Amino acid sequence: MSEKTPFFEIRNLHAKTEDKAILKGVNLTILPGETHALMGPNGSGKSTLSNVIMGHPAYEVTDGEVIFQGQNILELDPDARARLGLFLAFQYPVAIPGISVAKFLKSAADARFGQGTIKPAQFIKQLREDMKFLEMSEAFINRFLNDGFSGGEKKRMEILQMLTLKPVLAVMDETDSGLDIDALRIVSKGVNRMVGPNFGLLVITHYERILRYIAPSHLHVLIDGQVAMSGGPDLVKEVEKNGYDWIREKFGKEVLV
Amino acid sequence: MSDTDTTFKLETDSALVQEYKYGFVSDVEADELPKGLNEDIVRAISAKKKEPEWMTEWRLKAFRRWQKKEYPRWAKVQYPPIDYQDIRYYSAPKNTLKSGGEVDPELAKTFEKLGIPIEERNHLAGVAVDAVFDSMSIATTHREMLAEKGIIFCSMSEALQHHPDLVRKYLGTVVPPGDNFYAALNSAVFSDGSFCFIPKGVRCPVELSTYFRINARDTGQFERTLIVAEEGAYVSYIEGCTAPQRDNNQLHAAVVELIALEGAQIKYSTVQNWYAGDENGQGGIYNFVTKRGHCRGANSKISWTQVEVGAAITWKYPSVILEGDNSVGEFYSVAFTNKKMQADTGTKMVHIGKNTSSTIISKGISAGESANSYRGLVRVLPSALNARNHTCCDSMLIGDTCSANTYPVIEAETSTAIIEHEATTSKISEEQLFYVQSRGIDEESATSLIVNGFCKDVFKELPLEFSVEAIKLLELKLEHSVG
Repeated sequence: MSEKTPFFEIRNLHAKTEDKAILKGVNLTILPGETHALMGPNGSGKSTLSNVIMGHPAYEVTDGEVIFQGQNILELDPDARARLGLFLAFQYPVAIPGISVAKFLKSAADARFGQGTIKPAQFIKQLREDMKFLEMSEAFINRFLNDGFSGGEKKRMEILQMLTLKPVLAVMDETDSGLDIDALRIVSKGVNRMVGPNFGLLVITHYERILRYIAPSHLHVLIDGQVAMSGGPDLVKEVEKNGYDWIREKFGKEVLV
Repeated sequence: MSDTDTTFKLETDSALVQEYKYGFVSDVEADELPKGLNEDIVRAISAKKKEPEWMTEWRLKAFRRWQKKEYPRWAKVQYPPIDYQDIRYYSAPKNTLKSGGEVDPELAKTFEKLGIPIEERNHLAGVAVDAVFDSMSIATTHREMLAEKGIIFCSMSEALQHHPDLVRKYLGTVVPPGDNFYAALNSAVFSDGSFCFIPKGVRCPVELSTYFRINARDTGQFERTLIVAEEGAYVSYIEGCTAPQRDNNQLHAAVVELIALEGAQIKYSTVQNWYAGDENGQGGIYNFVTKRGHCRGANSKISWTQVEVGAAITWKYPSVILEGDNSVGEFYSVAFTNKKMQADTGTKMVHIGKNTSSTIISKGISAGESANSYRGLVRVLPSALNARNHTCCDSMLIGDTCSANTYPVIEAETSTAIIEHEATTSKISEEQLFYVQSRGIDEESATSLIVNGFCKDVFKELPLEFSVEAIKLLELKLEHSVG
């Protein structure tokens, strides 16, 4: 595989939930080392796309493929996708009461890298360092996962998981929503540590704010379940200035706001 | 520290291939009484045990009461009427000891297979074990060490012979012979069980444990356990149970009485893994048990922790009578049901003394086509000024064909009581499963992780090694209920 082989490619993806078609032919290719941003109005299908990529059982794929690491991952369970190196930072991470952050992350790391690959002492040491980097209190190690966490703490926990599991492709589903400026800076710092020649990133967001911290090489605008427009960093500024209407017009489709 | 000598090994990894690995039958020659129940049988049991005259009378009185009683119909469990004349009430291994005092190898092998070494050389460190096989106690370990501290830990039969006055003083004072249908039956025919007596001011240095094994066909197991902690004493007691896999149902009707005098503490932990029957509900143990503790003195404390993962039907309400002022009662329970299992379990906390407090944490998990009910009573009498109770009952459903019910009753007869009750029922959440799976953990492990987290508040109450085993056991049970 040459360095620029499209290791992640969404081809003509159609998906529905409860008989409502949401994705209507999404095409998107990410190469290693690239950071892509995906924006779009409410209801355009952004979160659905991230859920379908990870394999949420509530969505049914009706057509298309998602190629990752040389295979169509739509046939795989979510856990198998994760073990291939796919990661989703959730918009609304759920709590797992009774399971500590350390236990959860160790179980996940064992699943990802193989049982016994990481020694517990080494694991905890790395976890502590990563938590320090994300400016989290060490007390989180023994807290139950996301249980009683604030919105900002949950988002940092997602990034901590990403640093621990070292994915090769990460999808961030509106990680920036509801974050204050400090939290946004910290989260971005974590993400930028991952960015490199062997890592692909898809940042789904409502606001261009996060894109000042995580500089995308590509921007896609999703409208009514399709990528209506793609471009480079300049497109971010245009969206910021003019909203989505002009894209919608250009795309020539009726869209609900 | 190797596993075998420090843990009470209910499960090993090799067991993961088998759904119920305790289903084997031991080939042991038995000394049995004929099937059926009448006064002669009761007398014969008493005679086999070489009991004092008063005990025989006590049993007969209980038998007469039982005959007038109706079996309880209020529980949310269904089973065909039991033919009490078709049950054998006494079956004991004929040769428990070989010449020289060694335990019969076949019996030792049975307990070895269950992870309970009873031979002196293999004793579990930190746990003294009383092993009960059908109607008879086989061996009790660590006796001398306990005797030095004045602690009595032996089978009920021995206690009746060697400490009759102590037994007479306490037996039936918490669960009277006429308490309920099954307690009356037990009082008439109980064959063995454990007796623990912790004298004033003594802290029992090891966990006391009884392991119950039903082996013989068509035989009921009716054990009786009595634990007395005198003033300021402390004891932690653990109980485990298994039975062979058979197509017909077998009855297990036990009575457990705990008595805590002033300042005493009793911690009673159970991991119940009786054979539960097959997918069609064929076979399995009927687990009809009366367990009750009495905080008789001020500042005493009784704590029940139960992990119930087996038995075809469970009918069981470990309770605490809080008579002493400032006494504390606790009930921590995990009840897992699968296939066609039925569990109706919970607790009663009866507040009599001033400033008494109780905590109830119940976690019900239902899978398959099972039915799982929590039934609880918190009763505060007028004398129980400033009584407090906190109850939390959570139910989790795995799949669409099981059910969970909660029947909490609160009767407060004083205005100074503070009673809190929380209850939740949830389906194991798709979002939680997806989240955990999205981190690379497969569905079965993810379910097990979520369920373990759900039970955390109860597992942390178990003695450490026991808690590890309980978690493994629940994982094993869950393996067959996902997907």
